[in-house]
Amino acid sequence: MSARRLRRRVVSGLMTGLVAGLCLVAVLALLLILGHLVAKGASSLDWSFFVKNPVPAGQAGGGVANAIVGTVIVVGVAALIGLPIGIGTGLYLAEYGSGRLGWVVRFVADVLNGTPSIVVGIFAWTWLVKPMGGFSALAGSVALAALMVPMLARTTEEMVRLVPHSLREAALALGYPRWRTSLRIIARTALAGIVTGCLVGIARIAGETAPLLFTALGNLNFTTNVLQPMQTLSLQIFVYATGPFDEWHRLAWAAALVLMGLVLLLALAARAAVRQRHGTAR
Amino acid sequence: MTTLPLEPPPATQAARPVIPGRPVLLGRNTGDRLYRAALTGLALSLPLLLVALVFELSASAWPAITRFGFRFVWTSVWDPVAGVFGAAPMIFGTIASSLLALLFAVPLALGVAIYLTEFSPKWLRQPVAFLVELLAAIPSVVYGLWGIFVLIPFLRAYVVPPLRAVLGWTPFLQGVFYGNSLLAGGVILAIMIVPYIAAVSREVLLAVPSSQREAALGMGATRWEAVWTAVVPYGRAGLIGAVILGLGRALGETMAVTMLIGNRHDIGLSVLQPAYTMAAAIANEFSEATTNLYQSALFEVGLILFVLTVVVNALARLMIWRVARGTAVGSRAL
Repeated sequence: MSARRLRRRVVSGLMTGLVAGLCLVAVLALLLILGHLVAKGASSLDWSFFVKNPVPAGQAGGGVANAIVGTVIVVGVAALIGLPIGIGTGLYLAEYGSGRLGWVVRFVADVLNGTPSIVVGIFAWTWLVKPMGGFSALAGSVALAALMVPMLARTTEEMVRLVPHSLREAALALGYPRWRTSLRIIARTALAGIVTGCLVGIARIAGETAPLLFTALGNLNFTTNVLQPMQTLSLQIFVYATGPFDEWHRLAWAAALVLMGLVLLLALAARAAVRQRHGTAR
Repeated sequence: MTTLPLEPPPATQAARPVIPGRPVLLGRNTGDRLYRAALTGLALSLPLLLVALVFELSASAWPAITRFGFRFVWTSVWDPVAGVFGAAPMIFGTIASSLLALLFAVPLALGVAIYLTEFSPKWLRQPVAFLVELLAAIPSVVYGLWGIFVLIPFLRAYVVPPLRAVLGWTPFLQGVFYGNSLLAGGVILAIMIVPYIAAVSREVLLAVPSSQREAALGMGATRWEAVWTAVVPYGRAGLIGAVILGLGRALGETMAVTMLIGNRHDIGLSVLQPAYTMAAAIANEFSEATTNLYQSALFEVGLILFVLTVVVNALARLMIWRVARGTAVGSRAL
């Protein structure tokens, strides 16, 4: 009997160790990737990397200034398009979403949330690139916005729903119209949560590549015209990583480090916003 | 700022007591109507987007659908020059790489979820959960880069030779390992979907009532037995849902897989050989698709991929809802 008990204890201990080990492996994977990015990318981060444009293939030197600026523009325009729609949809779901349309919108958001980004990419191509007669950063931004809206809508809805009902009742009792209650009381109370959703949404699209392949396309030159093809860091990494030159690989690691830093910054900011709202993180 | 109703009360109301706030509560205020209309308009954009997406994909894929019918799914000849297209290798590769990814990711993600909810010290939970979720923040193309220059050399040097030595006789490890392969694609996909499966599993396990644990422990179970016989079975549907959600992610993943899987139109059992996925085919070939039929075939690939992910995701949501009814478990990816 006691041998049996011993065996059960041993099994319990072993399995605890196993799941702890698996957890360690997952964290280790992250640290390994981040470590390699720093180890292989950091040495290439010099002044010319940030201010110069790419040089012709095979030559040494050059930078990714065009891609950095392009990323900011493409993602910025996507945010300009996506944030109002996403937040508005989320507010709709939270305020008026109990009916049939609310159910439909919620369902569609979940469906679109799981849609592969490459599919959104070819959709943007048929809808924007083909009619407009050429690749453009704007088409890429729209594709990215389409990826961001469903997620943002669901997060916003969830955050607005967390606001206590008594707050709404108090505002209405004071004679506030519903729209002002919604915007000035409810949305403002949930602001930290909504900001978190926005930051996470932007972080998610900042690294997207697939929807940009056939929309923003990439561009070797510096441009700020959103109606022209534009380079982004993610596209640049794809080209450089799959190319044949060592020089390209070096730049790919550096560009990946910059992109990762950008995304990490957004993720950390999102986490800070959550902490501020709840005192401690969830 | 006045908050009284803007229009004067109708004469008939004079007989009844006038309640100033009533129109406000009913949303009859002009501002309210505008607000609601504006929000509804924004919210309608999503269904419209979906309808447009389905319509455009179907319309663009139509020439290929009518030309090839079901042969498109069964046959494996992909010859743009001759204008013959069969997507079987890509469909096979998509499913094979995703299942391979699940094989590695499920134990890892469940380990993370179980450890963090049941065993880890409290102070460790949030930081580790955050770190694991950060895996979801790494851009796909960065995974691809890491895969090309770190993962593949590692697999070649330390993983494939011992695997071959032990299991080399199975059909799964035949052929020369050049690097870009089903195995490399599957491993990178596994790392990429771990955070999604882990996050949802964790929420599912947290939703299991603690009375389940306490009852098992009270009957003399060890901690592991309590987890394995009481907590995990209680959340089984949700955990399966989490896994299917991960599968949905893996099916549609594009960049990292495109960079690692080798992009060869071929169906083979060996994980050491190059393969192809639907997403990778679109990414690689769409810009060079010069003929209408070629392009249409790629749109049909996109349509199949879209339908597949929608079905898989819907299935996952249903499973998760069964456990955590009402709460929005899993809608918060990352």
